[in-house]
Amino acid sequence: MVAKIGNVFDAKVEKQKLVEWIRNTVFKTLKKRGAVVGVSGGIDSAVVAALAVEALGKNRLLALALPEKESSPESLELAHELVTGLGVPLIVEDITAGLEGMGAYRRRDEAVKAVFPAYRVNHDRFKIVLQSNPLSNNWLNLFKLTLIQGKEEQSLRLPLNEYLQIVAASNMKQRLRMVTLYYHAERKNYAVVGTGNKNEHCLGFFVKYGDGGTDLKPIAHLYKTEVYELAKILPIPTSIQQRQPTTDTYPAEVSQEEFFFRLPFSMMDAIWRANENGESVHSIANQLHLDEIQVKRIIDDLKQKQRSTEYLRLPPLGHTDGNGKSARRSERIN
Amino acid sequence: MTIRSRVRDFVVENFLYGEDNGFKDRDSFRELGIIDSTGILELISFLEQTFNIAIEDAEVIPENLDCIDNIVDFLTSKLSGAKSKKLEIAL
Repeated sequence: MVAKIGNVFDAKVEKQKLVEWIRNTVFKTLKKRGAVVGVSGGIDSAVVAALAVEALGKNRLLALALPEKESSPESLELAHELVTGLGVPLIVEDITAGLEGMGAYRRRDEAVKAVFPAYRVNHDRFKIVLQSNPLSNNWLNLFKLTLIQGKEEQSLRLPLNEYLQIVAASNMKQRLRMVTLYYHAERKNYAVVGTGNKNEHCLGFFVKYGDGGTDLKPIAHLYKTEVYELAKILPIPTSIQQRQPTTDTYPAEVSQEEFFFRLPFSMMDAIWRANENGESVHSIANQLHLDEIQVKRIIDDLKQKQRSTEYLRLPPLGHTDGNGKSARRSERIN
Repeated sequence: MTIRSRVRDFVVENFLYGEDNGFKDRDSFRELGIIDSTGILELISFLEQTFNIAIEDAEVIPENLDCIDNIVDFLTSKLSGAKSKKLEIAL
């Protein structure tokens, strides 16, 4: 019901367009012999892998599962289920040793201990959640750390330095996955295909040069709800289609909604799409049975997230001449 | 140095990189896009340390922190022991 507002998405048409685009981009633009996709057991990577199989053929797609010691075992099981159905090879590489070598867990745990001195490494679990909820209040976006000791949970607001250190250390997971994906891509002369959707791409829910470091991003223009629509017409196991989107980054399970988006995807996408189509706040509120103030807060929150993460989407910047033109000479050799 | 000037100096130095370009004390941080979730943490940390106060989660709302005027009002009531604005809607 909610997702139907302003929705003109045709999954079959989109699928055909994407299959052709992936084929042309990998073979003609990038001039690569095939592609690698990191499969997480989630809906986005499943849809991208299924599209890539159709675009490139089973023999030109390599799937990689890159778990670490804190990954949910369910992620790997679902990745196996997916590739079995698609008929493509799967390489599983545990990246725990690499992360340990980089000090990812140690650096992160150091910051967690600074907030919760009682935190017991490898025993307690924790997660980071965003406190705000644009539907019910006007809180400013604020990250909290939740420590789980047995059945007890306690949350504290994260101080700036500890927040930054936890995020920086945790981002090593996505960055090491990127490094591993490129190793396999380069040894086979393949391209790396990204799996981020529009919600992640536009609101900055990705790691620059981590999961955002890829050669192509086929579904970066699709709302999460549209990715689910596409999944219905692709050979994707029901178990993946029904799985709740998770970050699978922190020792404790945390949904993407809890960690960052703070709204059900059906509602966020409906409001976002209607706003994009020029519908008024009044009209959107009426159709969704919400107050105008709630719709306005949600739109403001989307804009704020997009604005504050703009740098994530920028390529490395070169020096300009003041008119926005590159100060360097043309990069093309005629 | 007044509360206002200390807050303003911090905001201009940290969020506007020393160039206020006519930035007014009533201008919304969020609407102008000069403060994000990391910036909020920086601001809270500055206020708590500089004015020796503890800011509760429920006080982290635009009415208290979204512009210099609001921060000054918030600090004035907080430092005088008056009741500050808090979020009243339960989650």
